[in-house]
Amino acid sequence: MLRSLHRWPGLMAALLLVVLALSGAALSVFPAIEAVQTPAQAEAGLSVAILATRIRTVHPGVEQIRRAPSGAITAYWFEGGTPGAAVIDPATGAGVGSADASPVERWLKNLHRSLFLDDTGRIVMAAGAAAMLVLSLSGLSLLARRTGGWRKVLARLKGPLAGRLHVEIARISVTGLLLSSLTALWMTASTFGFVPQGAGPPSMPAVSGQTGVPLSDMPALRDTPVWALRDLTFPAPDDPTDAHALKTAEGEGYLDQGTGQLVAWTDAGMWEKVDETIYMLHTGRGAAALGLILGLMALGVPVMAGTGVWMWVAGRRLRPRLRGTVATGQADTVLLVGSEGGSTWGFAATLQAALNTAGLRVHVAPMQAFAPDRYGRAKRIVVLAATYGDGVAPASAKGFLDRLAALPGAPAIPLAVLGFGDRSFPAFCGYAHEVAMMARDKGWPMLLPLGTVDRQSPQDFARWGRDFGAAIGVPLELNHQPSAPASVALTLISRRDYGAKVQAPTAILRFALPRRPLWQRLTGRGLAGFAAGDLLAILPEGSLIPRFYSLASGHRDGFAEICVSRLPGGLCSAQLLDLAPGDTVRGFIRTNRDFRPTRGRAPVILIGAGTGIGPLAGFARENTAHRPMHLWFGARHPDSDLLYGDEMAAWQADGRLATVTTAFSRTAKRAYVQDALRHDSARIAQLIKDGAQVLVCGGRGMAAGVAEALTDILAPQGLTPAILKAKGRYAEDVY
Amino acid sequence: MKTLLAALALSTALVAPGLALARPVTLTTTMSAYGGDGAYLAIYVTDAQGAYQGSLWMAGTKSKYYEHLSDWYRATAGNTAEINGITGASVGAGRELTITLDLADALFDAGYVLHIDAAVEDMRDSPSEIVVPLTSAGAGQATPGRRYIASFAYAM
Repeated sequence: MLRSLHRWPGLMAALLLVVLALSGAALSVFPAIEAVQTPAQAEAGLSVAILATRIRTVHPGVEQIRRAPSGAITAYWFEGGTPGAAVIDPATGAGVGSADASPVERWLKNLHRSLFLDDTGRIVMAAGAAAMLVLSLSGLSLLARRTGGWRKVLARLKGPLAGRLHVEIARISVTGLLLSSLTALWMTASTFGFVPQGAGPPSMPAVSGQTGVPLSDMPALRDTPVWALRDLTFPAPDDPTDAHALKTAEGEGYLDQGTGQLVAWTDAGMWEKVDETIYMLHTGRGAAALGLILGLMALGVPVMAGTGVWMWVAGRRLRPRLRGTVATGQADTVLLVGSEGGSTWGFAATLQAALNTAGLRVHVAPMQAFAPDRYGRAKRIVVLAATYGDGVAPASAKGFLDRLAALPGAPAIPLAVLGFGDRSFPAFCGYAHEVAMMARDKGWPMLLPLGTVDRQSPQDFARWGRDFGAAIGVPLELNHQPSAPASVALTLISRRDYGAKVQAPTAILRFALPRRPLWQRLTGRGLAGFAAGDLLAILPEGSLIPRFYSLASGHRDGFAEICVSRLPGGLCSAQLLDLAPGDTVRGFIRTNRDFRPTRGRAPVILIGAGTGIGPLAGFARENTAHRPMHLWFGARHPDSDLLYGDEMAAWQADGRLATVTTAFSRTAKRAYVQDALRHDSARIAQLIKDGAQVLVCGGRGMAAGVAEALTDILAPQGLTPAILKAKGRYAEDVY
Repeated sequence: MKTLLAALALSTALVAPGLALARPVTLTTTMSAYGGDGAYLAIYVTDAQGAYQGSLWMAGTKSKYYEHLSDWYRATAGNTAEINGITGASVGAGRELTITLDLADALFDAGYVLHIDAAVEDMRDSPSEIVVPLTSAGAGQATPGRRYIASFAYAM
């Protein structure tokens, strides 16, 4: 619901909002220009009487004097049969600038408030402002949901670039957009007379019929400081029944031409003051700095519109059209999908296709549509649940847990739960866990224990598929290719072999970057724009499921380099280690943006073991700016599998690595990398104090050992790896 | 061309009791290229002493801006009942406003004066920009305005 409230107004109003925001941002510059050009009012407490006298000395035919919210004073006169006007220097009463609004500003203003379509356009633009308001509020709520609460809305974000950009800009500009849209709605309502108006000028009183009293003898003009002036209109020449009309911040009234006395007055009402304040807040007239800030914030709207539409398109592309789903009551298998961005639907489609092939009748529905009493023929229910942010229910699963909790008893149809998530989040598959836990508490029979899929891993999914197939007695081979990017042929340039002596064949493989045709470069496709720490997905011969290897080079290095060790029974690692220079494999890039040094000069602690050295070596190779990078590296034996041993010495010599510490598990000392960390605990504690970022790459066991060691080392500082992770200062690439 | 049949808010004394005593009068107001947004115009009639008699036309629909038509506003206290049914769009720079009304014969050659107040957003107010006596002889003669109105004429 909340997401729909954000998505649909956003998509429908995107173009309109871009026009509104860009024209608004451009308009925000004018009050600042005006403020700079307005002659400073040197005399504090200058009265309207003196100002008006000065102006009338210069322009005897003056008819009207206005003070704009910016402080600019404009005089209008009629002399020698022609009208004239100028911005006035209050010190002299003489004109110093043109009174005409710039045609550019007028054009922008009409575009901004009415698209040149008068009242129709005003209503359209007001609808745009209303959409902006709804988007701001629903976006804020979504953000709070995503980060796990209103107190955490400023937390660091993870995920694809478009999404992060969308939210980062929103966080900066949402206050301004809320203010601008609310004031816009008020101003439109005021224009159409939907909010109470001020009383207006008092009715014209009877006057003395005399004329000629000097302006300086009018007490009301003497007592009104210039800053409070809004408008002073002089009586028509030779009309003794007319009077001076004065409008100030306090109210408006008439001054007798003969006596100089105030003959009628009404105080400004509350609504006039509210109107005036809202006008200032929206236009920046009288608050030029605020106007500029609001203008800058408005510039975020085109970016948010672009990224927002992009995310929607990307999400739609991921959500396949489900074919062959049968009616609720006919299905023997019910798939319930809890998806946020749409990728889980893709997995559901793969599962459905495999089950259909096996002869089962499958009904696929969002988890929201959970209705166990209607699954008359179902023999099993499968829940595929993503997690939104910090363990929150994804969009298409809203209300599922409530509905389950409200059931008098658990359904008799057995259940399987598969969670989709990202291990770099603290609550990995948090929502799926919650579903499984409630099912267990309800006594719902489970077909198999909760399964998990990390970062859309096809391997995890295929593994779960085999377990699930075994549980239901149907052999299942799930080949899911999440976003199926086109792979390219990679040619091996060189290989360096290690580890033969310690029975752990390992190699550093370097591939040439294929030449990219122009159209690929223009469309950003092909093998490009990768950095060390991203993943190279290799499609082994005879398998559709890619294996991921951390890249030890960026595209600027001109080659793609990975470290591979032979896994027992590993199809892909065996093929890779059998490659000779000139041979090719197929692969593609998967970005892994969270695993790389953050910007800045803070120290970086690199910790890795075995082939986990790959991306760390890549970071060091790229570190030509000589940022302090400290490497802790674990291997088996210095003579056998010290990957990048030669480079490490060279990088240390030229400053790309500040320190290198090694630990070997097959030497007499029998040390692991976590032992080296504990040994250097004082140095590490100091680096963390200095703001260091920690990057860990290697096997799951090593990463756990490292986290444990760092927990102990950081405890005196009141820090934990989890706290650092939340701050974006601790990232793992674990396999 | 806007045609109104005796739908005038003029005081009853001036409205002809029957159409026989009225005649169609065309008022043509040509705006100058004053370089601003659409102008609000109030067209109304006073007697020779300047006392307000009634309104003929209001160009501009948003009552919150009527106070800038200051002579008309002072005479009517901004009462929109005065212009009920005789309101149209504001008139852009360089444009022409033509209205045809059935005006009572008694309005002509009797000292009545037609006024036009004009106002434009972010520009000066121009009350009584046109002040022209209603006479049979004056019909068809153009009167120039002071600020926004290039010329005004009425034809019978």
